[in-house]
This record gives sequence, C-alpha cells and structure tokens, in this order.
Amino acid sequence: MRRAEITTAGVLALLSIYMMWKSTELQIGYIRGSGPGGGFWPFWLSAIMLLCTVLIAINGVRRKSPPSQTDEPFLDGFALKNLVFVGGALVAFLLLISVVGMHIAIFLFLIYYVGFLGRHSFVVTASLAIGVPIAFFFFFDGLMRIPMPTGMAFTNPLYDVLYGLIY
Amino acid sequence: MDTFSLLTDGFLLAVQPLNLALIIAGVTLGLFIGAMPGLGSVNGVAILLPVTFLVPPGSAIIFLAAIYYGAMYGGAISSITMGIPGASTAVATTFDGRPLALKGRASLALVVAAIASFIGGSVANILFTLFAPPLASVALSFGPPEIFALMMLAFATFVGLGGDDIPKTILSICFGLVLSAVGFDAISGAPRLVFFDISGFLHGINFLVLAIGVYGIGEMIWTLDSTRGKLTTTKASMSFSGVIKDAKEGMGRSWKGTTIGSFGGFFVGMLPAAGATPGSLMAYGVAKMVSRESQEFGKGHPEGVAAPEAANNSASTGAMLPMLTLGIPGSPTTAILLGGMIIWGLVPGPRLFIDEPEFVWGLIGSFYVSNFFAVIVNIALIPLFIWMLRTPFTILAPMIFVLSVVGGYAAMQDMHDVWLLLIFGFGAYFLRKLDYPLAPAVLAIVLGPIAEPTLRQSLLLSSGDPMIFFSRGISGPIMVIAIILIFLPLLKKIFYRGRATKARA
Repeated sequence: MRRAEITTAGVLALLSIYMMWKSTELQIGYIRGSGPGGGFWPFWLSAIMLLCTVLIAINGVRRKSPPSQTDEPFLDGFALKNLVFVGGALVAFLLLISVVGMHIAIFLFLIYYVGFLGRHSFVVTASLAIGVPIAFFFFFDGLMRIPMPTGMAFTNPLYDVLYGLIY
Repeated sequence: MDTFSLLTDGFLLAVQPLNLALIIAGVTLGLFIGAMPGLGSVNGVAILLPVTFLVPPGSAIIFLAAIYYGAMYGGAISSITMGIPGASTAVATTFDGRPLALKGRASLALVVAAIASFIGGSVANILFTLFAPPLASVALSFGPPEIFALMMLAFATFVGLGGDDIPKTILSICFGLVLSAVGFDAISGAPRLVFFDISGFLHGINFLVLAIGVYGIGEMIWTLDSTRGKLTTTKASMSFSGVIKDAKEGMGRSWKGTTIGSFGGFFVGMLPAAGATPGSLMAYGVAKMVSRESQEFGKGHPEGVAAPEAANNSASTGAMLPMLTLGIPGSPTTAILLGGMIIWGLVPGPRLFIDEPEFVWGLIGSFYVSNFFAVIVNIALIPLFIWMLRTPFTILAPMIFVLSVVGGYAAMQDMHDVWLLLIFGFGAYFLRKLDYPLAPAVLAIVLGPIAEPTLRQSLLLSSGDPMIFFSRGISGPIMVIAIILIFLPLLKKIFYRGRATKARA
C-alpha cells in the first residue's frame, strides 16, 4: 500500500504540473481593467494540488497516513482478477460500441457478465441480454429522442428496421 | 402571498397526476436503491439524472428528490436484515438494528425505522418551510464576494469537518474545480485546458461524467472488490396487526431518540461536508448519551434505530435548504440535483424563489407528499424489498454499468465523454482504495462554474485587492469562519500535542 500511496501522489503531481503548464496558455496574472486572466483560476488551483501531492508523498514516506501503514498489497489476487474481468470487460464494452453500436454491445456485455461471470442460467442470461437493450432502445431512442451510437455501417440494415418502428 | 398559501399551491402541483406518479415511482426506486448495499442516494440520482430529461424540470427534480428521500428510508432495510448498511447514511442503524434482527425482532426494528424516518422527515419539512423564504430573501442582497465566500465555506467544511486526510481532501476539491474550468473561458471566450488538444474537451467536462464515473463505475468496482460477494439476509415476517403492535411498542420506547434525530439531523444536514451520514452518527451518539438505558445501546434498543433513521431523513431535507436558497448544495446528492437544475436552465439561488416560485414550492410540496408515500410504500413493501435484496450482484452490477454508460452518453451524446467517464471510474476506484475522499471533487465540479466568475468579478471590483472578501459585512465573517475551519484540524493537532507535552512534564 505504501508504494502505491507514494506512486499515486507522484502521478497526481505530474498531472498537476501538466495542468499548470496547460493553464499558462492563457493569462494567469491580473490584467488591468478586466480582472484576473483566464488561466488564473486553474493555474493556482493546480499549484495547490501540486503542493498537496508533495504533502501526501511526505506523509507516505514517513508512514503517517493509514494506507502507508498497512503491509496489505494495494491489489491482492481477488482485486486484480476483479479489475481484469470487470474493468477489462468495460473497456471492451466501450470499444464494441464504436463497432457494433450501443445495443448490440449491451447484448454482448450482458451475456459475458451475467452468463459467464455470474454463471446464471441460460434463461436468465438470455432474457436480460435481449430485454435490456430493447427496453433501452424504446426508452432512449424512442421516448427521449436521444439516438444511441449505431457503430459501423454494417449495422445500418438493422437500425433501418428499428427506426421504422419508432419514427 | 404568505408562506401558507404558497405551500398550498405547491401541494396542488405535487399531487398532479404526473408528479404524483413520479413521486411514487421515485420513492419506490429510492427505497430499493437505498436498500441495496453499495448503492446510495447519490449513486441513484447520478445514474438516473439523464433519464429525467424526458419530463419537465419541475417534475424531474421532484422525481429525483423522491429517490433521495426513499433512499434514506431504504438504507435501514439492509442494515437491519443483512447487517450491512444499504448506504453510508444507515451505518449507525446497524448498531442496534442488527442485534434486534438477530433477537428475532427484525419487524420491530423495521417499523421503528420507518416511523422515525417519517417523523424526522416531517419535522425537517416544517423547519424547511419556515426557514427557506427568510433565508432566500436575505441571500438576495448577496453580491459576488458574498457568494464566493459561501463557496469557500462549503469547501472549508470538507477540510475542517470531513474527517478525511487533509491534503487528500484539498487535492480532491482543487481537482474538481480545475475540471470545471475545462472548455472555454467564460469571460475571454478563449479555449482553455483542452488536454492533449483533444477536441472533445472543448465542450467542457459535464459534471455528470465525473459523478457517474465516480458513483456508477468506481464505487461499483470498489464494492465488488470489498464485499467479495458474501452477503446473507435475515428473514422478517410482517403482518398488519404485527405492524401496529410494533409501532406502539417502538414509539413508546424511542420517542426521545426520534426527537433528537429529527432536530439534530436537520442542522447537521445543512452543512455541506456533513450531511446525512455524520448527522445520523451524531444523533446515535447523543441519543445514547442522554438515554437512561444507555448500556442497552448496541445490544438492540429501538431508540438506537430511531435516532439515526430520524436524523438521516431530516438531514437530507436540511441539505436541500442551502441548495435552494443559496445555491450551495448541502450534500453530494444535492450537488448533483443542483447540477441538474443548471442543465435544465434554472439558476439555483435566492432568485429562484422570485423567478420560479412554482418550481420551488412545487418541490417543497413534494417533500411532504414524498415523505407520506415513502412511509406507506416502505411498510407495505418490506417483504418485497427483502426478496429483492437477494438479487445477485452479478445481475445488479452489469445493469448499473450499462445504465452508467448509456446515461453518460445521453447527457452530451459524445463517445468522448463515455471514455472519460470510464477513466474517472478507474481513477476513482484506485483513489478510493487509498482513502482519497471523492465527494468534494463532485461538489467542486458543480460549484466551479459559480465560484470562478464570482472570484474574478470580486477581484475586478476591488482592482485586484483580495481584502474585498474581508471588508464587507456579510462576506467578512463567512470568510473568517471558512479560514478557521480550514485550519481547525491543524489547531486541534497543536492543541493536543501541547497538552500531551504538558502531561508528560
């Protein structure tokens, strides 16, 4: 945990420095007649963030904060597996949205999660995987008129049929 | 018009068919969300906000407020039957609720929780109705320095009273504020903080992206990790005559705790960093302190259920008071409601009482109606909620992920936001593991667009002199309190160290 605490502080420090540098694209000082410049607010806030990361790192090195006092690993076996199987699936889900569209991506994601990870019966898996995207289609695309991503062109015939139902 | 007739109009608005249906749907959904471990009012409101774009703003906020309300009731259900707080606001309810359930008195605990919640909510509603209009009329005279001072006070309470690691809390606040600055500089119109020159950042970072990322993705992964899939439920048998009997016994033994929770919760709820969780813990502590049977606390005393449950409902209404009258949310959930109001084109703050009286009083009226339906639905459907609590996490979690992704897309209709949401989700999970508080960041991204212009306008007024915040009648004292709060943890440390050395010498 201690190493994770210090590493995280380091990453956040880099982020703060990047945001400070990015803020300097605009005026960070006081402009006579128009008040503080556009970069003033984010610049100084990022500077405070940088200061905080230094304090967090010092507390980590001196074992002053609770995470730096335990010897538990930051990610144990279960947490790592959880992250790979769940987090990885979420990344795949988002990638799939751009390829096959939102609704088919939801279908595939639910088959994976409910059927494969959850080991639920075929009936439960199939009814959720088919029911949820259909319900979402009628609610968001239909009722709220917010068209969800349709993915690449090969899904067009499917959506031609579906849009025929709601428009 | 006086308060009473405004409130009557509000009632009439709240019981219109659409609003009434939304209230009942909202409290029912809220009860379920509150009961489900790992899901609290803030998760529910953040994930479901995009869904409400369907109905008019007045009805949308009534629906979301009903969820908020219902979740406060629902938290008790899993605290009592499973021994796991359904939401952080119900942590204190487990102290006595779980022992009661293990003694076979689960139904008594559930009924006491419901009734105490109802009384807490009712007291808070009355206090709200009395305090809101005068506070709003005072706040009307506030200029930019006063508003900025109030923002500082909101953030200072997180530092001084939040109880989390100080540098981590400040970092979280600043990060949220910087994120809110992404997009265009409102005053000069120049593009600002377009990270890595990705054009998706040009439309800014919607607060929902951060809120859903933190509460929909990050918190879910964290819950999956920390519960490790082990949950057990105690059965509770409920019958009509049993409920009446329990109600009589429960109220006889817990009226004092209910009173403490109802009043104490409201005032703690008003503080931005405090809200319902510390409110309920505090009410539990005070009830235990003043009780003649304090040694029975922790072993299953109904008073130990009543005090925190009355307090968390009361606090959730208390948190709405600064949100509506000053435009400063009293809790992360109300921060999301506030962000929603901005999306709907309503400017939160005192002008709302003059410009949109129908909206304000309809919402206040809905508090009363929601409170009434929440207690009815709660007691009537307890068996159903206990059955629903058996929904395996492997079904619930993917549904929440899907709803988060769809909701994140629906807000701005840009895949860039959905990716950002996922990145925030992973980040939130790691930071959560290292005890970084994330609620301040969500509050900050909502308040940033109000805080920054008021700071810049104030400094323009004073031609760059920061003393403007201290020299004005109202902003001065607020700033001083804020600064004291920020340094409070440091002062405490010095004080205790001083005492320790004295004791040694």
